[in-house]
Amino acid sequence: MSLCARDLSLRLRRRLILNRVAMTAPPGALTAIIGPNASGKTTLLRALTGEIAPDHGQVALNGRDLAALSPGMLAAKRAVLPQHSVISFPFTASEIVRIGLTASAHPEARRNVLIRSALAAVDLPDFAGRLYQEMSGGEQQRVQLARALAQVWRPTGDDGPNWLLLDEPVSSLDIAHQLTVMRLARDYASRGGGVVAVMHDLNLTAMFADHVVLMRNGQVQGEGAPAEVLTDALLSKAYGCNLAVSRTPAEGIWLLPQMASV
Amino acid sequence: MVALELRGDNLAGDRRHLGRALSMWLLALLMVVSLLSLGHGASGLSVPSVLADWAAGRELAVTDRVILIDIRLPRVLTGILVGAGLAVSGAIMQGLFRNPLADPGLLGVSSGASLGAISAIVLGGMLPAAIAGWYLVPLAAFAGGWAAMLLLYAIATRQGRTSVATMLLAGIALAAMIGAVGGLIVYRADDQQLRDLTFWGLGSLAGASWTKLIVAGPVIAAALIVAPALSSGLNGLALGEAAAAHVGIRVQRVKTAAILATAAATGAAVAISGGIGFVGIVVPHLLRLLAGPDHRWLLVNSGLLGASVLLVADMISRSVVAPAELPIGIITAMIGGPFFLWVLMSNRRMLDG
Repeated sequence: MSLCARDLSLRLRRRLILNRVAMTAPPGALTAIIGPNASGKTTLLRALTGEIAPDHGQVALNGRDLAALSPGMLAAKRAVLPQHSVISFPFTASEIVRIGLTASAHPEARRNVLIRSALAAVDLPDFAGRLYQEMSGGEQQRVQLARALAQVWRPTGDDGPNWLLLDEPVSSLDIAHQLTVMRLARDYASRGGGVVAVMHDLNLTAMFADHVVLMRNGQVQGEGAPAEVLTDALLSKAYGCNLAVSRTPAEGIWLLPQMASV
Repeated sequence: MVALELRGDNLAGDRRHLGRALSMWLLALLMVVSLLSLGHGASGLSVPSVLADWAAGRELAVTDRVILIDIRLPRVLTGILVGAGLAVSGAIMQGLFRNPLADPGLLGVSSGASLGAISAIVLGGMLPAAIAGWYLVPLAAFAGGWAAMLLLYAIATRQGRTSVATMLLAGIALAAMIGAVGGLIVYRADDQQLRDLTFWGLGSLAGASWTKLIVAGPVIAAALIVAPALSSGLNGLALGEAAAAHVGIRVQRVKTAAILATAAATGAAVAISGGIGFVGIVVPHLLRLLAGPDHRWLLVNSGLLGASVLLVADMISRSVVAPAELPIGIITAMIGGPFFLWVLMSNRRMLDG
């Protein structure tokens, strides 16, 4: 009952983007995929969502081959937050969250409760009637997260955990909302669901991830608990610059999300 | 701006009750306009007097019966189907291309249909009289529209995936090529054929008859019946193709159905009434401003309003220079153009973003 990539290889326009990638995201844990730009993080996530089919290897969701699941069955088991979302028409926040419920069989009253709860969970309780086009980038991203959350609201289903797949969920958020969203993701995992997030911020990764996959040049450079993967040697090699974990600079000011309190 | 008045009964931002209420009003409007249109014409025959006669058990005079049943009724029904078909096709195309300015013209249907019509009008004279009947122009227009659309669909589809962006650009290229071929044929046309061509391009419901309606009506009606089934798919596509698939929508199926339904409705509409512009863009846009872009009601309401708009335009086209008739395309453009500009100017913010 996990989300596994088995020996994935994938070419986009003849370029090898994923090279024999194997990784396992366990349920009940927040798995972070990290790595430098163009290391294949987002492509790996897109393969995990079923959006692009690998040339070789397979993805297994709760033990079943992703390629064998219909869009409707997939939608019931996992929701996806894309990196950028441009919406073509002036929908309101609640209309957008409702689109997340397209494939679900919930009755009308339950849908309204879900929409309201999901918007409250992303700290936008009063935004239901606001137009998406009139929101800031960070607010739009959180509406999209609410849409994904409503789709798989219960962290576990009858046939195993449900999954939230997030592509850089905190990229355009201020630090307070970064923490809100990461807590929400961790909470989802702690209630039995699975979360896989592509992360740019290594501090937030260290703070929230239970499981880390480090990518470089389309390959998995390291996988395991944060303490095993977030090491000087692995990070320095992957990112191509000398990095020092858990050491403080001698001068200047610096700030860690770990020190924030609500 | 719109959001302020949208406090629904329970969930803010849920505008479906607006769409539902609007559909009732639009249905009432369509019924009124249809009756007015039935009673509108060169002869003094009016609907109330006919109804009064009928209620009193009096027989209708033969001329009145002919005017009402054989001339006005098919014209009204044609107007309803063509108006609804064009407006619903516009709404579907805008949803599919994720662009409020898309219309069926982008699919090459209109240009293909006009090439068909041009060929039939100009080259039809060379055919033996046995083949060349009144049906030649509509048939050629329908065939041309479908051929262009299928070609475009084949160009834009690779490995079972249709690229909407390719379709858009290839549609422009195809329209230019078809226009050139059409130009070559027009070059050979005589004066009478040029006049026919010009009038065909401006559109008219004047040629409406039961025969045409029986042939083209079911095609448009079928597309209109399929359309509501596309609504949740088109809503999902507003998030982008990948996100639509993620919420459980069979994206390729929606695309194919949308393209086929639009081509059928537009092809048949153009075939029986010529080129009537603007209904497909103005009507859905106006409805989005009134009740939001949710396709569940947008498609239904577009059909109802499109039908009313075309009937009103037809009544105007029959009155301004009575007893002659103006081509209806002139009316839709003359009223639709300034109205659309006014809507755009007063809602600039809705366009950006």
